Amino acid sequence: MTDTLVAPSGPARTTSRPGGLFRLTPTSGVGLGVALVWFSVLVLLPLAAVVGAAADGGFDRFWSTLADAQTFAALRLTVVEALLVTAVNAVIGTIVAWVLVRDQFPGKRILDVVIDIPFALPTIVAGLVLLSLWGPESPMGINIVNTRQGIFLALLFVTLPFVVRTVQPVLIELDADVEEAAASLGASRVTTFRRIILPSLVPAIAAGSSLGFARAISEFGSLVLISGNTPYETEVASLKILKFLEGDNQAGAAAVAVLLLVVAIVTIVILDLISRRVARRG
Amino acid sequence: MADTRQIRARKGPVTYLLRAFVIAYLAVLVIWPLFEVAQQTFAPADVGDEGGVGAFWERLSDPSVTYAFNLTVTVAFWAVLINTLFGVGISLLLVRYQFPGRRILSVLVDLPMSVSPVVVGLALVLAYSTGKGWFGEALASVGFYVIGTTPGLIMATAFVSLPLVIREIVPVLEEIGADAEMAAHSLGANGWQTFRRITLPSIKWAVVYGVVLSMARSLGEFGAVKIVSPGAEFRGETATLLIQNRYTNYEEPTAYAAAFVLVLASVLALVVVSLIRKEDHS
Amino acid sequence: MSIEVRGVGKRYGDFIALDDINVSLPTGQLTALLGPSGGGKSTLLRIIAGLESTDGGSVEIEGVDATKLPPQKRNVGFVFQHYAVFKHMTVAKNVAFGLEIRKRPKAEVKAKVAELLELVHLSQFAHRLPSQLSGGQRQRLALARALAVEPSVLLLDEPFGALDAKVRKELRDWLRRLHDEVHVTTVFVTHDQEEALEVADEIVVINEGRIEQIGSPDELYDEPANDFVMGFLGAVTRLGPLRLRPHDIEVAVTPGVPGSSAGVVLRALRVGFEVRLTVDVEGQEEPVLVVLSRTHARALDLELGSRVWLSPTTGATAVPVLGVASA
Repeated sequence: MTDTLVAPSGPARTTSRPGGLFRLTPTSGVGLGVALVWFSVLVLLPLAAVVGAAADGGFDRFWSTLADAQTFAALRLTVVEALLVTAVNAVIGTIVAWVLVRDQFPGKRILDVVIDIPFALPTIVAGLVLLSLWGPESPMGINIVNTRQGIFLALLFVTLPFVVRTVQPVLIELDADVEEAAASLGASRVTTFRRIILPSLVPAIAAGSSLGFARAISEFGSLVLISGNTPYETEVASLKILKFLEGDNQAGAAAVAVLLLVVAIVTIVILDLISRRVARRG
Repeated sequence: MADTRQIRARKGPVTYLLRAFVIAYLAVLVIWPLFEVAQQTFAPADVGDEGGVGAFWERLSDPSVTYAFNLTVTVAFWAVLINTLFGVGISLLLVRYQFPGRRILSVLVDLPMSVSPVVVGLALVLAYSTGKGWFGEALASVGFYVIGTTPGLIMATAFVSLPLVIREIVPVLEEIGADAEMAAHSLGANGWQTFRRITLPSIKWAVVYGVVLSMARSLGEFGAVKIVSPGAEFRGETATLLIQNRYTNYEEPTAYAAAFVLVLASVLALVVVSLIRKEDHS
Repeated sequence: MSIEVRGVGKRYGDFIALDDINVSLPTGQLTALLGPSGGGKSTLLRIIAGLESTDGGSVEIEGVDATKLPPQKRNVGFVFQHYAVFKHMTVAKNVAFGLEIRKRPKAEVKAKVAELLELVHLSQFAHRLPSQLSGGQRQRLALARALAVEPSVLLLDEPFGALDAKVRKELRDWLRRLHDEVHVTTVFVTHDQEEALEVADEIVVINEGRIEQIGSPDELYDEPANDFVMGFLGAVTRLGPLRLRPHDIEVAVTPGVPGSSAGVVLRALRVGFEVRLTVDVEGQEEPVLVVLSRTHARALDLELGSRVWLSPTTGATAVPVLGVASA
């Protein structure tokens, strides 16, 4: 019932076991070597190049790039929109998960599949899908192109599954005994939800929200067609990077990129902390 | 799976209110726009023109469109192949072997999922482009060019979908444990025999699942590809780039037709994934 | 009467979980609902608590008709097999929960929590999370939480079922002592006859949705209403026309006792202080099981192949093989 195309659960990190079971043999050693070389060529060196380019002109140059009024406006817009979308998702995502787990009605399975669609769609297609209803030829007569509402809507669309898919399994696993215990102690349904169920969901909501926030901060494809890229108005961080790059300003692009990388890493760390805390509570 | 516990089965006005809200929310955010896309895809381009499947097919048969889809499939094929080999290998190493830096590597291999596609593209440019990149000149001197070529597209696509296979295999490997593998070793099987006859059958579905996810993601990659590709007709224009180019050039019918194909591919992936999940559980 | 159950039934589709149950439980008593799993005893407990609805009949708690009351309004304490502790709350917070729902003054809550934690010997763990407690400690916490609201009845659903044998035995003794101290009307569900015999004032034997017998542990053991009750409360063997307990059989090495059955010892197994004999009795197909003390067996000088004569001891609990009435 919770099939998800890209399970937005946390990383597939190995659990806390201190070490693997086998020592490296010559064959597996060579395998590890090849894997590390490829991983470095594909991921580590290019990312290092970004950091290198950002650090090239020293910290002052890095700072002045980000502090530039237009860049700063783009960054601020990105963060504000991402925070708004995250807040909405935390609430609505939890409600959606709740209805999908606790309610029974015909067509529920279809809704369950619908949740995954924004994730399954290529980002540029996601943008186009939204424009078909809310674009210049909108049958509603509402055109979101080049508006902040448009950016908000696109981000809401692409981040829909995160909270839903992290909360859903936790809700399924919740022990009915615990709710019965609360009821027999006199707690109403609302009180049981607020004091018993919600606290158990908080780690999942937090995990889903941070994944969604990270995605919203770095979103590009779905915004390309919707954001008009107007400086100070509808320009977001990822589009700013593209603009820097097209203007042959690698240092500027790298500076913004490093900022996004930092957000990505902070998110990973937060998720790790959450999962450790949950594991401890048992 | 209806809840048999009375405490959860009881339905009040809030239940119906939440249900209606969730249905309305998903309808407006996802279902309606998708419906609109389907309509636009089969609509006549101009008043008096033919619409329907014929027109849709004609738009797709344009040589530049077939080129784009060919390129997309080629790139996705290689990216998925590389990621599958790498993913299976690195998952085995991370779960079964002990080596220094194992934990940090397990965190790092998940990083690509959290990096903005634009940053991925930028990173590859800053590392490998001739003129701007760290290694560009060196590669150019041996006649190898990454940026603007198909290998560059493959690398960009492989980068963004790198963790998908690993995320599926690692939990399964951890769950099944190494007992059977050790037993096989003690019975005289060598590493390859153990892998082929013991390990592979148990991670089979996880690998297939990871491959489907990677394929879906690779076909739809936009941001990273946008930056490393020249992105012009017959020159590195993948399906997603084609959608953007055509939409911005007011050739919306072609954009919608290409987008519709990708929507179908995503839905197909969703269906396959849910079938695999069922197969895996039974 | 503290709990009065009249004509209660429950079906799940075709399956009859409970069929016309009538039982009254006096105030302050410790009652065990005993029976095999799937027999309906947990369903009855959950119906009393209001966690399950009844298809017909009524449930009265402390003279109030509770049939239609939700669990919140019944003022019962319920303890679950798997503890059902609130994982995100400290031990003290768990116990305070019901009192906070009832909006009792802070000072009162604090005093009551301290008192209860003292009672269940968890005072030093007040600020721990449940995950830091052992199974037995979690169950004591669950008990304190249920007692905190001063329930009119305390219901325990297989409370020791998830614990290992040693802890189970300790908690069982402790529950008995606690009940003697607190005196709240208590009903607990168990499938372990030893647990029921040891702890309860009264036992209600439930099987296949029906009450088989109600009585004190002694009554049930000595005068089982039928085969089922007899078999469920302890080992049973057959000697001639009677079903009786293996330790209620007299063993003689000479054919002195009138009406005794002659046989040959097929197997002798010594377990601790007792010796279990399997005797092949003439004219009976299935062998007879006999339990006697080690000293007794030694005095008789029994070994494989010994000829023995078996007879029921005087005052033995026995039911006729095909009969339903008590002996």
